[in-house]
Amino acid sequence: MMKMIIPLAEITAGDRPLAGGKAWALSRLLQEGINVPEGICITSEVYRLFIHQTGLEDIVQLELNRKSFEEMRWEEIWDVSLRIRNHFLRMKMPPEIASLLEKNILYYFGTSPTVVRSSAPSEDSAATSFAGLHESVVNVRGRRDIIAAVRRVWASLWSDGAILYRRELGLDVHKSTMAVVIQEIIKGERSGVAFTEAPDNSHNSILEAVWGLNQGFVDGTVEPDRWFFLRETGKTISHTPPSQRDRIVIPSTDGTMIMTLDDERSKTPPLSDQEAEKLLKLGMRVEDIFLAPQDMEWTIRGNRTYLLQSRPVTTIGKAGEDRRSWYLSLTRSLDNLKGLRERIETTLLPAMDEDALKFKKMDLIPLTDNELSREITDRLSVLEKWEKVYWDDFIPFAHGARLFGQFYNDRMTPKDPYEFVDLLVGTEMTSIARNTVLEDLAEEIRRDGPLREKLGKGLDIPAPFLAKVQGFVTAYETIPGSSEPDLISGRIIQLILEMADSPPSSHEEKGKKTSNMKDRYLASFQGKERLLAQDLLELGRASWKLRDNDNIYLARIKVEVERASSEGKRRIQKMNRKDPDLYREAGDVARALDDPDYMPPSPDPGQDTVPEITSAVEIRVRQVKGQPASPGIATGTARVIRHDGDLFEFKKGEILVCDAIEPNMTFVVPLASAIVERRGGMLIHGAIIAREYGLPCVTGIPGAVDIISTGKRLTVDGHLGIVIIGN
Amino acid sequence: MGDGCQTGPIIKEIAALLERQKLAVLATEGEMGPYTNIVSYTFSDDLRHIFFATTRATRKYSNISSHNMVSMLVDNRTNRVDDLFQAKAVTVIGRSEELGEEEKDLALSLMTARHPYLEDFLSSPTTATIKIHVHRYILVSHFQNVREVIFHDENDNSPC
Repeated sequence: MMKMIIPLAEITAGDRPLAGGKAWALSRLLQEGINVPEGICITSEVYRLFIHQTGLEDIVQLELNRKSFEEMRWEEIWDVSLRIRNHFLRMKMPPEIASLLEKNILYYFGTSPTVVRSSAPSEDSAATSFAGLHESVVNVRGRRDIIAAVRRVWASLWSDGAILYRRELGLDVHKSTMAVVIQEIIKGERSGVAFTEAPDNSHNSILEAVWGLNQGFVDGTVEPDRWFFLRETGKTISHTPPSQRDRIVIPSTDGTMIMTLDDERSKTPPLSDQEAEKLLKLGMRVEDIFLAPQDMEWTIRGNRTYLLQSRPVTTIGKAGEDRRSWYLSLTRSLDNLKGLRERIETTLLPAMDEDALKFKKMDLIPLTDNELSREITDRLSVLEKWEKVYWDDFIPFAHGARLFGQFYNDRMTPKDPYEFVDLLVGTEMTSIARNTVLEDLAEEIRRDGPLREKLGKGLDIPAPFLAKVQGFVTAYETIPGSSEPDLISGRIIQLILEMADSPPSSHEEKGKKTSNMKDRYLASFQGKERLLAQDLLELGRASWKLRDNDNIYLARIKVEVERASSEGKRRIQKMNRKDPDLYREAGDVARALDDPDYMPPSPDPGQDTVPEITSAVEIRVRQVKGQPASPGIATGTARVIRHDGDLFEFKKGEILVCDAIEPNMTFVVPLASAIVERRGGMLIHGAIIAREYGLPCVTGIPGAVDIISTGKRLTVDGHLGIVIIGN
Repeated sequence: MGDGCQTGPIIKEIAALLERQKLAVLATEGEMGPYTNIVSYTFSDDLRHIFFATTRATRKYSNISSHNMVSMLVDNRTNRVDDLFQAKAVTVIGRSEELGEEEKDLALSLMTARHPYLEDFLSSPTTATIKIHVHRYILVSHFQNVREVIFHDENDNSPC
């Protein structure tokens, strides 16, 4: 029979395929007399039995192969990972596995606090390192909580980062297994890592140290002191203190927490130079055992030094290593995100707003052509700056919703892995506020028969109503085409008429349900944990809300670029030059204002051409599988949005089909009966707004706007993530 | 991007599946209702025709004699969970026609080349050679992705 559970000290080289590199290394160290916390290894055989007996094996395969990998965006892979994780957390544990685990946990640890870590066989080698991509759970005690932690570590074999990285390295997913190491926790007073050979310089060694546990340091929350040594002699070259030595991670009742470091310690490095050199010596001893440079984690309690783990240094430049850091960046800590939130809310958004306002206030008419040209160029560079901020700060902040989602699922283990989204919606979103104003105008038409008739016949629009519509256009200037106010007012009125033709749509009833859910969620935590739960919920909501608002803010800058560019085009036309539509890009307009002879390059014909239909063969896509993004089913006529103008053709009950929903497009959503989008993922705007309005939504339909045409009958199954085209 | 707009890839996919499989499930319609059985088949390079053979005493022969519309399923499942995302199935819908002496020889030589072990059966005077004029292929991949190829043939206006 295969070994299921092995005490760390008893693992042999032959057990390595079952115990994983991490467990095997720890056992070697123990056997060499190095101080390592006691523990056991739950071999990959237990993982294999669990997924086999529960049928998870097949579920994982189905989830991973839902769509072809090449067609999935990483947001979709996160969703896949989220669903798999939820299965791992919820799946009933077969009784013999449960009793095996319980018996051993009780025997080895009783109720002592432990750390539960991954030890994936064959994945930690000199060429690959999954460090950080798989999960560790720190400070858990008791059979129930430790088993829950084991499930989380198992599930982390399928974390989004790990899936992507394994894929990149070409590792066979069928062969992926996971062993788990459980060790007694050492409440270290000082901790860190050592690289006996620096990853970027083979002549140096590096040691990093923080006060407290090294969890904060591993995820980047706490900045370490750093020592460099000459590898050959082991002598210190330099010691660099952190820019701020002000925080510490300590064990809490259930997990870890970050505290402000007291004054005395914040002035003192965690190690003296002598201690640092002594630790490096320990590292060199370990290097001699494994015959390769080591990356080791250590902690010191009182006067005892413990080695927590050791693995070969992965050298920069070897397969995939540089990409791993990007995959790691997919996960961000609460603290990191809180800092980001503050920066976004107090600095970035107001500055963006200020830029937009400054542009808006400017009268462009008195500018000379050269001045206007410069103004367009300036606006373009401001837009470029904010687009960069968008990618660097706003998109990463979207992880706030993910972090909350994972936390919610870990605790509540809901049947629907997206249940957490219902707690995020209903926050004040700009696009919802905008749509409410439109709905109020529609209600006015519903109640006022004569007004409706006038508007319907295109007669003179009563001044008070027109003023309201114009007020709307001014207030929400990001509606496409709003740089031409007269045209847009007419279009908006058509849209409101369309809305007035059917009873008001409501998404207000959600309020009560959400508040019950929130109570239930918070009630499942106690004491300090409840504060954390509240913190995470708030962060999730802020992140969710920003997914809507950031785009709208950005769109305001775009509108201003467009306004300046329109003025430029008007002048070019006036100068009796060629068709102003030749100048498609604002940059071309700016150049043409400066240089009367400038002609922009002809547009690339590749985009809008229709593929040639040959002979009498017709190809039809009948049914496509994407990602279920908002539950429900709807059948209706497709309205494919290729250009902004298509939005104004939207009729009540149609299905919105687009490449990617931008928030400034969502004013037609109250008219839609379902949403289909090419971009995939649960946290993209289309999915958010669909859930907000309770509409079925399928995302991740490859080539959505190419395979579906306006007028086609569609059925959107938001439960299964399927779109059926045709009757 | 989606592969739905171009004829090339899907035609190749169907041809590869038809080429690789030797047997298909044929569905005919008779007095008892729909009726299925397994047949050996071959097909023309342009995919517009599929051929199979049957002895005239069979129920399927009798069925197609009175209802010439047939359906056929060719798939590569292996009876494992992987099938749900790896297997492909193509459903053929078309009109069947028994070939006369002239056309029969060519069809039989195609059949014999693909199924040499059936030579005796194919050359028996009691065996009829049937040609399906394909109206439509429906290709299912990845469990739930469905694409169709429709032949609009002026000489074959049967409803499809």
